[in-house]
Formats: sequence, C-alpha cells, structure tokens
Amino acid sequence: MKHRLGRVGFTVLLVLYTAVLFAGFLSPYHPAEHHRRAAYHPPTPIKFSLAQGFYVNGYELTDVAFKRYKLLQQQRYKVKFLAKGFSYRIFGVIPAERHFIQTAQGGHLFLFGSDHFGRDVFARILYGGRVSLSIGLIGVAISFSLGLFVGGISGYFGGRVDDILMRLCEVIMSVPGFYLLLALRAVIPLQLSSTQTYLALVGLLSFIGWPGLARVIRGQVLSIRERDFVAAAKAIGASPVRIIVRHIIPNTFSYTIVAATLSIPGYILGESGLSFLGLGIQEPDASWGNMLSAAMSIHALSSFFWILVPGLFIFIAIMSFNLLGDAIRDVTDPRIN
Amino acid sequence: MWLYIVKRLLQMIPLIIGITLVSFLIMQLAPGDFLSQMAMNPQIPPEIIEDLRSEYGLDQPLLVQYFKWLWGVIRLDFGYSFSYRAPVVHLVGTRVLNTLILSLAALLVTWVFSIPMGIYCAVHRGKLGDQVFSVLAFLGMSIPGFFFALLLIYFAARTGWLPTGGMISPAHAELGFFGGIWDYLRHLIIPTIVLSTSALAYYQRILRGSMLEVLGQQYITTARAKGLPERVVVYKHALRNAINPLVTIFGYELSALLSGAALVEIICSWPGLGRLMLDAVLSQDLYLVMGGFVMSSVLLIIGNLVADVLLVVVDPRIRYHQ
Repeated sequence: MKHRLGRVGFTVLLVLYTAVLFAGFLSPYHPAEHHRRAAYHPPTPIKFSLAQGFYVNGYELTDVAFKRYKLLQQQRYKVKFLAKGFSYRIFGVIPAERHFIQTAQGGHLFLFGSDHFGRDVFARILYGGRVSLSIGLIGVAISFSLGLFVGGISGYFGGRVDDILMRLCEVIMSVPGFYLLLALRAVIPLQLSSTQTYLALVGLLSFIGWPGLARVIRGQVLSIRERDFVAAAKAIGASPVRIIVRHIIPNTFSYTIVAATLSIPGYILGESGLSFLGLGIQEPDASWGNMLSAAMSIHALSSFFWILVPGLFIFIAIMSFNLLGDAIRDVTDPRIN
Repeated sequence: MWLYIVKRLLQMIPLIIGITLVSFLIMQLAPGDFLSQMAMNPQIPPEIIEDLRSEYGLDQPLLVQYFKWLWGVIRLDFGYSFSYRAPVVHLVGTRVLNTLILSLAALLVTWVFSIPMGIYCAVHRGKLGDQVFSVLAFLGMSIPGFFFALLLIYFAARTGWLPTGGMISPAHAELGFFGGIWDYLRHLIIPTIVLSTSALAYYQRILRGSMLEVLGQQYITTARAKGLPERVVVYKHALRNAINPLVTIFGYELSALLSGAALVEIICSWPGLGRLMLDAVLSQDLYLVMGGFVMSSVLLIIGNLVADVLLVVVDPRIRYHQ
C-alpha cells in the first residue's frame, strides 16, 4: 500500500519536473507577455467536436471594471499543435520556437486563466515551477553537505570542537525559523537581480536547515566511530577527513536520504512563503509563491478563484515529496510500521 | 523539581546571550547603520545625525556597541523604531500578546482534538474511520499553511459566514461585553484552524502509533484479564503511557508553531509579532527587526522550558536531577 503511494508520489514529481524543464515547449504564451484586453480571463477549457477538432471558445469582456467575461458559444478558435510561437531555448541552449499547443489569432488559450496583467497563469506556473522546484533540491544539497560535514567533525573529534559547534547549532535552532529567515532577509537589499535573489534565497534556506541535521548526524557518528572498521581505517593510517568522508558519513545515508526527501517540502515552503510576502522572487519573474500573492486582495481572491492554482501546485509537490519520503523510509527501515 | 527548573533557567542565560550576539552580528551585516536612512533625508541636518550617532554609541568599537545594546535589552530597551516613531518595546509588547493568544488557541485546538482522534484511530485500527482520518491527516500535514489560509478566506469571502481578516470588526466598540468576546472568537476561527491543522494531523498520527504500541503490551492484557472496563483500560492504563512521545514532540513543534503563526498573522491581518516583523523588514527598520527576533526567540525558549517541565510531570521515569 505504502509502496504504491510512494510510486504515485514519484510519478507526480517526475511529471512536474519534466514539465518545468520543457516549460518553453509546453507554454502557449511567454510567461511575461501581457494581454491587455484579457486581464483576469477565466480558464478556457479545450473542447472537442468532430467537425472542428480541438477548439477553445471565444470570450467577450462585458464589464471592464470588474473583469466579467461572457462565454461565446458560437465563437470557436482551433487549437494548433506544434505551431510556431515565441522563441525559447531547450535546456537553456538549443533555440526553438515550436509549442505544444497554441490557438488561432484572436482567441485566448488560458488553461488556468490569466492574472491581473492578462498573463497566462499556465505558462507562469511552468516557468515559476523552475524556481520553486529547483530551490528545494539545491537547498537540500547545500544544507545536507554542511550538516553532514559539521555533524561528522563534531561527532568524530568530540571535545571542544564538538561543544562549540553544537552550541552554535542550539543558538540557531532556538530562534523560530521564519523569524530568523526574516531577520536575515532584512540584511540583504530588497532590490536584487533575479539571479541574485535566487542565490540569496538558497543561501538563507540552507543556513536555516543545517543545524537540525548536524545534531542528528553527530549522534549517529558518535556510535559509528566506535565500530571496528573505523578502528581498522585508523590503524592503516587514514586521515580523519578521509575516515569521516569515506567511512563514517556513508553509513548515515539510510537516515540522510529519507531526511533529505522529507525536508525538501520545507525549502519549497520557505521559498514560496518569502516570495509570497514579496521578499523573494520579484515580478516579472514568476514563482509559485509570488503568483499567490495576488490572492492577498480579498476582491481578487473571491472573484477569480484560479489565482489560487499555484497554491494547489505547491500542495501537490509537497504531498508527493512526503509520499515518496514515507515510502523510502518504510523500505529502508522495516522496523517502522 | 524546583531545583530542576532553576537549573534550566540558568542554562537559558548563555543561550539568550548567544541569540543576542547572533542578532547583533546580523545587524552589523546590514549595509550602513540605523541612521543611514535618516541621513538620506535632506530635512535632517548632518549635525543632528552625528549627535544621534554618538548618543547611540554608533561611533564606538563593535564590542562596546554590543554591550551597550545588550545592557539596553536587559532593561527591556530594544531601541527606537524609526518607521513607527515609538520605542520598540512598546510596539513589540502588544504584538507578543496577540501572537500568544493565537498560538495558545491553536495549541488548545490541537490537543483537544488530536488526543480523542488518535485514540479513536488506534482503537478502531484499519476500520473506515481510521482510514478516513489517515487520509485527512496526510492532507493536513502536506497543505501549505498560507494556501490553506487563502482557501478558507476564499470561502469566508464567498459565504460571508466569517470575517476575512483582522482581530476585531469595525463596529467592535458597540457590541458590548459578550458581543465583543464573540467578535474576537469569530476572528480567531480561521487563523486557529490554519495554525492547528498540521500539528493536529501530526499529533494524531503519533498518538495513534504510540497507542497501538502500548495496547500490545502485557500490562494491558493483564488489565483486561482482571475484568477492567475497556474505558478504564484505554484511558487510564494505555493513554497515560502513550502520551509521552506527544509531550516530547510538543517542544520541537513550538518553533514551527511560532513560524507558522507569523505567516498566518500576515495573511489574516492578525496584529501579531509576525506582521510587525514583516513590516519592519520591508521598511528596513533594523531595531524593530531585532526586537522581534529576540522576543520570538525568548518565547520559543520559554515554550521549550514549559515542554521539558511537562515531560517530567507526565513521565516519572525521567529523572530531572540527572
């Protein structure tokens, strides 16, 4: 049962990561393209009829102030497959301009509706997913390297080094994470280029993530270092760094891999939380968090429900990582259950 | 027992000094000092800036500045907020109270609901109710708080049943005493639900697991064999022992509770410490940021102390004099 759910989680993640990797190909519009007469355009489902094939209906803007649209049953625009559109690069290198789906001139193909500038929410979800989904992996990689290293050193050497490092971890851990994130964010200038912001976010989230891990790893290292193979390695004359990196840390992996999978959601939440508050990825770049901040306005939230779609994606991604992590834990540790 | 508490209180001192040091270092990382923003204002003559600088000791060496600031913090003087034009401690004080109200409400809901739910699931293991709760718990643990809050506000806005934010209605003053309390409670509902959901789901799972473990023990069989009613077996013999892991994670969860509270406060316009902290970050009001930072840490440390004391009370096997 658990294994099947884990596989579901893994499949969903695979689909999500593939989709954001090919964001250019899959999105009908450029994520920053404004459609002036189509702000808060409702989602346009793709329909099918034998006579016309796949099509989307046209919509008429009936109330400019409140952004009300009327569905025009008779107005139909063909959905074009693999047609040319805005140019993009596959994997950031190969130039291309074909897109999976587009619609005929005059019609709008907004699978998840459009936002306040008339930008395609679907395209922004795909492009924003690049930020939100990659930050989890990179953040975990950094903070786990740091946590493994510090935990390894602290547990292996013990004594003064251990004391100092562990007191540092305790200090960082005795501040509520979100407040520490905000305080550190206050130090970094608010206006940065999008790459700088991305790096700053990764750095901040990793900085907050490592102490908890370092403490657990330290505990494990304390017991592993008493084992025979460590004594053997010492006897051959291996250096402490080599013993820690090659002999001790790999023995903590059954724990670390599960912990890493289960901590990715925290990074995704951290990024989207900060971007949601306007402290992370800035417009016009998209991230799932900053797209959701449009929903802070009660009026927009209650009239245009589709601006909540990015939240649904965060939810799905986090749930999939949790399912996957639980399944890996059950496989690696059969005692639980 | 008292000795243990005193010992723990003494252990808190180096921790708090560490936190103040970290927050002071963070302040130093910031470009410029607290007066840089004032110095940009052409209406304030440079001499006044210089006077203020020497008054606050900003022209002295770092270590002197730190001890000066620390001495202030000990006397509850966190400095002056330039954007609110008020001493930081006044601003932080009322906000801490509001954050406490929200956090305690969430804690109450978490404990009141998770214990019966956990017991129910353990006793009816594998039945429909258990499975439904399992799925709900999983969803509850995975849903991002700010998304959940927006969903609830969406429903509140569509139905009009609940206020969509804030702490009181505009007409609060005319509602009278009981009407006023009712008004507070109505505003508390959405933030409390959002804040308690993930902990509720988590506690429920933990309690279910530990109840199942305890119910398989021999002394439970003994209790049943001597003819005790099932109610007594479950609530008196099993629950007392199964609840320990819950008290242990209570301490760990407090950090998440305070962090979650900050985000929920911001979305639901609840005037708490989190909201203040965000405003301070956005306006680069560093004294205020650090005041909020130190206060939130103090809240967490006190919470952890309470959790440890509770653990000793609940589990007599833990010897606190060790």
